[in-house]
Amino acid sequence: MINISEVTETNEMIAHENLDVRTITMGISLFDCIDSDLKKCCDKVYDKICAKAGRLVETGEHISRTYGIPVVNKRISLTPIATVGSASCKSAEDYIEFAKTMERAAANVGVNLIGGYSAMLAKGTTDKERIFLDSIPEALKVTSRVCSSVNVGSSKTGINMDAVRKMGDIILDTAKASYGTESLGAAKLVVFCNAPDDNPFMAGAFHGITEGESVINVGVSGPGVVKKALESARGANFEVLCETIKKTAFKITRVGQLVAKEAARMLGTPFGIVDLSLAPTPAVGDSVAEILQEIGLEYPGAPGTTAALALLNDQVKKGGVMASSYVGGLSGAFIPVSEDHGMIEAVEKGALTLEKLEAMTCVCSVGLDMIAIPGDTPAEQVAGVIADEMAIGMINNKTTAVRLIPAIGMKVGDTLQFGGLFGYAPVMPVNTYSCATFVNRGGRIPAPIHSFKN
Amino acid sequence: MQKVIITVLGKDSVGIIAKVCTYFAENGINILDISQTIVSGYFNMMMITDLTNSKKDFESILADLDVIGNEIGVKINMQSEEIFNMMHRI
Repeated sequence: MINISEVTETNEMIAHENLDVRTITMGISLFDCIDSDLKKCCDKVYDKICAKAGRLVETGEHISRTYGIPVVNKRISLTPIATVGSASCKSAEDYIEFAKTMERAAANVGVNLIGGYSAMLAKGTTDKERIFLDSIPEALKVTSRVCSSVNVGSSKTGINMDAVRKMGDIILDTAKASYGTESLGAAKLVVFCNAPDDNPFMAGAFHGITEGESVINVGVSGPGVVKKALESARGANFEVLCETIKKTAFKITRVGQLVAKEAARMLGTPFGIVDLSLAPTPAVGDSVAEILQEIGLEYPGAPGTTAALALLNDQVKKGGVMASSYVGGLSGAFIPVSEDHGMIEAVEKGALTLEKLEAMTCVCSVGLDMIAIPGDTPAEQVAGVIADEMAIGMINNKTTAVRLIPAIGMKVGDTLQFGGLFGYAPVMPVNTYSCATFVNRGGRIPAPIHSFKN
Repeated sequence: MQKVIITVLGKDSVGIIAKVCTYFAENGINILDISQTIVSGYFNMMMITDLTNSKKDFESILADLDVIGNEIGVKINMQSEEIFNMMHRI
């Protein structure tokens, strides 16, 4: 039978170490909503979201009370809208109607973010997808809950460099369009390589075309729990360090598995995956940077950071895999700058640079995340940063992503304030030597040699 | 069996267990196990209870325990046993 020390351990994690279920995300397929009539299509999308996710928030809150664990976010991901709207949209304005529909539906069911304003362009871009890309800046300006993502490459297809170049413009235009709201639009726009179909975390969540009618995916998080556990392993060797992380990750993930199964049962929706990611928030004690410091670095960015992050990421996966029947999504450590006070501090100290962050993304999930760059950075330079990150994903068979926030009217040393979960971000320098000739070549980078496994 | 774990945390005083147990007895909630410690003047109790024959549902008991906790100055939590089984048992 469960004993008092086990109960105390779990409740300490919840009460003092920020263990929580970060998100219950319901993926909803919109294929059956496709219609050549724009209004009919939007109406069907609205009705389907409300019908499927009407009880999502209530269910999350019930689970939270039953197990005594916070369920922080309840969210929705949709089939990529570029595809859903291709029969009915003739202009960027038409696509924006979908964004407004998503916003209304999200408000109706009470979720704070809804993902899937997305396009899958790993190998090529259709005419309608081109129109869709042009709609992103305005769509993110006129909505507050809608999240957008664009997949521009994969290990199987190579990198669509036309799309990479275009996203350089789109990211800048999105930041400019939302100028006055601290460029928040760009914080809801992610560029991916190898985007997973079942990621529950925003801003990159969408319901992939490989998925079924609807699905429940859960992201559980507890960087603070790992940090606390590692305090007991100070001075110990790597074997002890790794075992401690692994055991802690197992316990955290078990909670995610429980919540995912229960949410799926209550909503009558299949259970998809548990995402094992360690996702920080701006709160003290909820930071991946603090774990790296506990492992033995003065600040993230110091020599050894990539190795420390690699072992952390690997042990989290090893512990988590056994704890859940289906693992998916991004599953690793997130290293967003603005959402992690330890990362922000490291940047402010000069310990952490964009180039070191890029190296770190080789060994952890996701990529260059929530990084503020000077507002006058040319679109070609933004595209160059994206291309580098996509190449890391393509060659290493992993997901990589870029979420850069051009801080309009700001320069290096200024600080961009988002507030809430998005935190704040010091503006970081981008290498100013030009890559324009490279990114303007046009076409695509071929699939890597290891993609030919047939 | 619908097992739930009750935890009571707060400053020690006379009658905490009596108050909580009386409420359970009145509502048909069976207590299966109790452990209790005092650490530096703070009262820490855990009970394993069974709600199978309870007169009230989970949400109502949760609300009642909150009221009782406020009356006697302690924090009372109630959680389904499953979260602990999942985390601490393979």
